[in-house]
Amino acid sequence: MLTVEALSSHYGSVQVLRDFSLALAPGEVLGLLGRNGAGKTTAMKTILGLIRASGGSVRLDGVELTDLPAHRIPALGLAYVPQGRRLFGELSVEENLRLGLMVKDKGKETRARILDLFPVLSERLGQRAGSLSGGEQQMLATARALCLEPKVLLMDEPTEGLQPSMVAKILETVRVLKGQGVAVLFVEQKVEAALAVADRIAFVENGTVCETATPEALHADPAPLYRYVGVGQDAG
Amino acid sequence: MSFGAYFFLAVLEGTVSAFVLALTALGLSLVFGVMRVVNVAHGELFMLGAVIAWWVSQMAGDPLSGFLLALVVGPLLVGGIAIAADWAILKRVDYNPEATIVATIGLLYIIQQSVLILYGPDARAVEAPFYFRVQFPWFGYSGYKLIVAALSAGLLLATWYLLKKTRLGLYMRATQYDQETAQAFGVPVRRVYAAVFALGGGLAALAGVLVVPIQQAHYLMGHDPLLLSFIVVIIGGLGSLRGTLIAAFVIGISDGVISVFFSPTLAKILATLLVALVLVVRPGGLFGAKPA
Repeated sequence: MLTVEALSSHYGSVQVLRDFSLALAPGEVLGLLGRNGAGKTTAMKTILGLIRASGGSVRLDGVELTDLPAHRIPALGLAYVPQGRRLFGELSVEENLRLGLMVKDKGKETRARILDLFPVLSERLGQRAGSLSGGEQQMLATARALCLEPKVLLMDEPTEGLQPSMVAKILETVRVLKGQGVAVLFVEQKVEAALAVADRIAFVENGTVCETATPEALHADPAPLYRYVGVGQDAG
Repeated sequence: MSFGAYFFLAVLEGTVSAFVLALTALGLSLVFGVMRVVNVAHGELFMLGAVIAWWVSQMAGDPLSGFLLALVVGPLLVGGIAIAADWAILKRVDYNPEATIVATIGLLYIIQQSVLILYGPDARAVEAPFYFRVQFPWFGYSGYKLIVAALSAGLLLATWYLLKKTRLGLYMRATQYDQETAQAFGVPVRRVYAAVFALGGGLAALAGVLVVPIQQAHYLMGHDPLLLSFIVVIIGGLGSLRGTLIAAFVIGISDGVISVFFSPTLAKILATLLVALVLVVRPGGLFGAKPA
């Protein structure tokens, strides 16, 4: 479904991504783990075309995305939940959702289904998005992306700053999407959350995927977690 | 005339000026708010509207059809010029805020000198499309000026509708807030920029068409609207449409009152002092974002 091969990108003259490759099948959940500055967010933005790729390819169902302007990519089936939510804070909840729905000209049925998934948003439709609580903002950011009815959902630190009940809600949403055949690529700092929901974990260091492993393999041998994320170093 | 009558006249004059100023400043504010471009050539787009109105009035058979035609041709032509300028200049400098200031200064002189060459240095009058007076108990007042205020109000409402109720308006507001995330939701940001620059230019041109029967068309007439628009946009808050409208009425009406009772120069001095005060006390403007 989504194939990323030898992707590279730069910030000015500094190369951030190099030879970055991964593949995602329908309904697969892939977690990207790595230290701060490893290139996880840059990888997401480059896949989405928000940062121009300087080499390599990104293909979604065989369609090359690196040749397309960024605004044409969402309609092909890639949706994004940015780090820090990045809602349009001055716009209402309804308008934020409408922006998502307009990508594929989706109508009332999609909207109703999304609001069923996040019922609290139904009570806040006229409210300014910036005035929602942190958990509600994350729900809106996810709902806005799901309005695209994506084939692949990219989530950048979706549980950042959330209380445990909200983290559970987000992870449950990922499982629901997986059940619907949506592939999910997510960046996560909370290792336990990532291991709880991912089919595979890809470790990113210096802008490239160094190693992949299943959560089961990592439970059996957590050495890659020590190596690439620094988790449990003291215990080790 | 009594003091009350003079005051009423001053408020009336100020209100008409405020509506036209709001229309002009709204264009400048939109362009800055969405594109982060300080368009120094905005006054020249106002002037082009007035010159096009004169040109159309010469071709049309009568003042009314000339006026109606100018209301369509003026904003369309100026909007087209704005789209061309966006493509040929602003896009080339990647909408860099500093570079676009220099680029639009260049655009100002290109437009101004082109009009001087093609149109000449003379101020030319355009006949008003209507001649009637509205009789108040103390004096009669130009009906055309009241129609200018009413048309400006209608155009401001239409712009509000565009921004709040249409897909393009939603795209503009999303781009204003976060252009990167907007792209991730299918917003063609570069096309939105071109549309906003055209809309800003079109609003300025419409203001030019409306005032030319009152002011006469002249190749240097863009200076005052530019200065007043900057005053309004700085006081109201860069990028704040609500602030722009409120500031336009504060400046327009106070300008009218001070001009009638004292002098137009004093009105400009006080407005400029108010800008300085706002910049010191609240640099983001009265309704703009507070500095971090």
